[in-house]
Parts: sequence; structure tokens; C-alpha cells
Amino acid sequence: MVHDTQRMQSLAERMAEDEVAGRSLWADARRRFFSNKAAVIGLALLAFVAAFALFGGQFAQWSNEELDYNVMGVVAQEGGPSLANGHYFGVDELGRDLFARTVQGTQVSLLVGLVGALVAVVVGTIYGATAGYVGGRVDAAMMRAVDVLMAIPYMFVLILILVMYGRSMIALFVGLGLISWLEMSRIVRGQTLSLKNREFIEAARATGVSGVTIIRRHIVPNLLGVIAVYATLLVPLMILTESFISFLGLGVQEPLTSLGALISQGASTMAYGTIWQLAFPLLFFCLTLFGFFFVGDGLRDALDPKDR
Amino acid sequence: MLSYSLKRLAIAVPTLLILIVVSFVLMHAAPGGPFTSERELPPEVLANLNAKYGLDQPLWRQIVTYVWGILTEFDFGPSFVYKDRTVNEIIAQGFPVTLTYGILSFLVAVAVGVTLGVVAAIRQNSLLDYLAVGVSIGAQVLPNFVMAPILVLVFTLWLGWLPGGGWQGGQWQYVILPVIALSTSFMASIARITRSSMLETLNLNHIRTARAKGLPERRVILHHALKPAMLPVISYLGPAFVGMITGSVVVDVYFSTGGIGKAFVDSALNRDYAVMMGVTILMGALTILFNLVVDILYGWIDPKIRY
Repeated sequence: MVHDTQRMQSLAERMAEDEVAGRSLWADARRRFFSNKAAVIGLALLAFVAAFALFGGQFAQWSNEELDYNVMGVVAQEGGPSLANGHYFGVDELGRDLFARTVQGTQVSLLVGLVGALVAVVVGTIYGATAGYVGGRVDAAMMRAVDVLMAIPYMFVLILILVMYGRSMIALFVGLGLISWLEMSRIVRGQTLSLKNREFIEAARATGVSGVTIIRRHIVPNLLGVIAVYATLLVPLMILTESFISFLGLGVQEPLTSLGALISQGASTMAYGTIWQLAFPLLFFCLTLFGFFFVGDGLRDALDPKDR
Repeated sequence: MLSYSLKRLAIAVPTLLILIVVSFVLMHAAPGGPFTSERELPPEVLANLNAKYGLDQPLWRQIVTYVWGILTEFDFGPSFVYKDRTVNEIIAQGFPVTLTYGILSFLVAVAVGVTLGVVAAIRQNSLLDYLAVGVSIGAQVLPNFVMAPILVLVFTLWLGWLPGGGWQGGQWQYVILPVIALSTSFMASIARITRSSMLETLNLNHIRTARAKGLPERRVILHHALKPAMLPVISYLGPAFVGMITGSVVVDVYFSTGGIGKAFVDSALNRDYAVMMGVTILMGALTILFNLVVDILYGWIDPKIRY
């Protein structure tokens, strides 16, 4: 009996060691991700943009609402980027500090992108997993509905929603999320279909686990890789959409601003020689998008088992 | 083939009806009516206005009247803001302009994109290939609303070669910048898709056979590789079309071309629901029609597809 306990213990230890030595799917993916140069550059870009959005405000000499009366009216001559008066990125056409405005715009754009993508991911995953798992006529009907909705030019509907329900951030989040879950639900459904006949799902069903629990505990965790990739690629699309709407003057309203709104303002004043009002928001816009696209592509390559 | 086309058509018609009904219901569920303004209207005036525009009828009846008007007479009703203009007049004014540069942009995007992609694939890892790949990555972050101000900055303000706005009946100087702004990002996507699909196709057996039997390279590429390589491009045409339709709004606003997008944004700012719905439904109908054409084209080019 004593012997047995010792043997059991050593066996347990050996098994624990084996586990340390083995490489999980995620560790494998991490290794592949970090050996991809573009993905690492993308991650660095994202870290920089996130740091700028979170801590940039600490370095600003001016708040985003303050008007600098010294440069007002002579913005084109005096309002350029300068270290002397603390306007690192210059001022906008009203004399507000562009550095603080860009920080604020980056915050709003990132927030819109992340929340919009989150709404889309949650709705799309639940919808797609349900359709795929239930199957049959329910699946056919649910996916036919997605087909129908996909044929609608969503930007017009989104603007319609924004105008009718007030141009608030909440309306923007919900509107963005609700129009972009369609693609997600298709991907999730496809994956669910291939998962649902596997043995472990069958085992769960045989032991009497309910459908909802199977989806929550066994199907969704196995979809996390796909969801992560798609969500990362969805964020820049959300930022693009929001910027598009803000560019038209239909997005977030003053005093809030976003990168798209700043680009729009910069584009409308560049004829007066205030090129920095376009350049700095545009720079951060491009950095953010590049970052997300590179990281998304890197994640896809890292998590896609086909390319091993 | 015929039954397949009919099946696609059978989906397209209810899609359009759903679009109309959904936007109509959205409009009615919105807080405040189309005549809500800062100045409170007397109730009698409001009642008269509602009666004039048929807003006092039950919802289902309004929908039926609206849909019937569109289907039988192509009539989108009167504008809610401009008392003397109908939605049809507003659309008819801007639509030809949008259609002109829209079709041009689409042709440019497809022609240049496919050419660039094919050349890059044939000369893989050459300077030209890197250039094409670089351009297509860069263009991902240069959507139309970023391209438009950059183009105006370079070609109008710095070089002074082209006008930065206006339409002038579609003279060529006024068309160039809108077309470039609208087509660039789609051209880049098409080039990227063409390149990767062409590379895949060139490794297939039938291409090796064609080369082995001594066909000139030109014929191998144009006759044997191009058609199968076009399938992913064709399935991208639908999304590209939707993107261009939405992008035309930016072009109309930024270049003041007087197209339909400007009318849409103005009506959004004025809360002119009738015009917004008219434009949305028209654009939706165009999209659905285009997707139908793409689906049929796809079925025709790839005989393996059976539905």
C-alpha cells in the first residue's frame, strides 16, 4: 500500500513534467506569431497607438477644449507644430491644441472599433453557433435571413439609424455592431457544423448535457481561434466605418471627436496651408489600421492549422 | 442554368421587399416625426401635414401604399422638407452623375487591378511584384475619404494640374480625381486577390500540361490560367460594388460633383426621411441586382457549381 502511494506519486510527478514539456496549441501559435516580422511590427504599432491614447493626455500642455488666443486668427502662420508654445502637433482651425485633440480622437476611434467588434462578435457567435448546432430547417431559415441581410447596403441603413435615433455613441456602437455580425455568424456556423459531429460532442450529448451548455462549454471554446482572428480584423473595419461616417459629419458630435472627424476637418482647411491638421490625425489613423491588419494577418497565419 | 438564375431571382425580390419594409418601420419607430423641429407646430397644422403625407393612416396601409407606388409607378413620394420637390426629382438630378463616375471607377478598378495582379503573379518576386504587393497593402489604409483630400492636396494645391471639385457636365478634368479616389482601394484589393489566385492556378496540372505541349506562355496565361483564376475576383465584385456605392457618398460630398450621395447626406442632416429612404432603397435595389448578375456570371464561368 505504501509502495503503491509512492508509485502513484512519482507517476503523477512524471505526468506533470510531461505536461510542462508538451506544447499546447496556444504556445505553438504564440511561437509562430512572434516569428512573423509583420505581426510583431503590427503589435508594436498597436502598443504605441494604445500608449498614445492612454497616456498621451499626460504630456499635453493644453486641454482639448482650451482655445489658444495667441494663435487665433493667425493659425496658418503661427499655429504649426512647435515645442515652444506646447502645441506639439499645432492647433486646429479654432485654436485648440491638436495634440490633445488627436489623443481624444484616437481614444474614441479605438473605443468605437473595440466595442463595435465586441458586439458583432457576441451576436455573430451566438447566432452562428445556434444555427450550426441546431441544424436542419432552423439553420436553413437563419442562414437565408443572413443572405438577405447581406445584400443590403449597410452604410445607408446605419446612417438612417444614426439620424433617426440621435447621433450618440450608444447608437453608433449598436448600429456598427448590428450591421457587422453577419460575416461572423457565417464563419462560426461553418466551424460549428464541422465540430458538432465529433466524438467529444457526441459524448457530451450521450451524458445528457443540454444543447445550450454544449454550445457554451464545448463548441464556443473550440471556436476561440477563429473568433480571435476575425475580431482582430473586424476592429479596423469598424474604425474605417466610423471614420467614414464622421468624415461626412454624421458621426460623433462635438465636443467629442474621432480620427475620422479630425481628418475631415483637416481636409477642409488644408487649402489655407495648415497641412498639419490633416497630417497628424491621418498618421495615427494609418498606424492604427496597419497595426490591426498586420496583427490580424499574423494571428490568422499562426492559428491556421493548414499552413503548418 | 435557367432554373439557377430563377432561383437567385426568387431570393432577390423578397430581399428588396424586406429592405423597403425594414427601412419604413425604422422610420416610423424613430422618436419624433419628420416634422418635429425646434419650433413647436400647432396640433392642427401637424394633423394637416400628417394627413397630406398620409402619415395618419395605419402603418400597414402606409407600407402597402408606399411599396405599391414604387412597384407600379416607380414613385418614391414627395420630399418631407422641400415642399415642391418629389424624391424622384431629387434622385433623377444626381443619379446620372453618380452612375457616370461609378461605372468608370468600377471599370478602372477591375482592369488595372486584374492586370497588376496577373503581371505580379507571372513575375513573382520581381521588383514589379513587390511594387504591386506594396501598393495593395498600402491602399488598405487609404480608403476613399483619405484618398480624396490627399489627391486634392497633391494635384490641385501643389501641382495645380486638375480641378479639386465640381462636375461641369462631366468634362474629363473633373472626372479624373473622383475616379482615382473611388477606385484605388478596390483596385488594390482586386490586384491582391488576382495575384494570389493566379499563383495558385499556375501550379495546377492543366497549366503544366499546356506548357508541356509547347503552347506559347501568352496563350497559357490568357486562355488556360486566367479564367479559373478569375473566380475569387468575381466573388469579390459584389462587395466591391457595395463599397463603391457607399464610397460615392464621400466623393459627392468632397468633390461637389452633384451626385446622389450629396442629396443623401443633406437629407440625413435635414431629417428628410423620404429622400433618405428613396436613396437607400434605390441603392439596395442596385446592389441586389448586381449581386444577381455576379451570381449568374459565377455559375456560368464555373460549371462545377450546381445548385
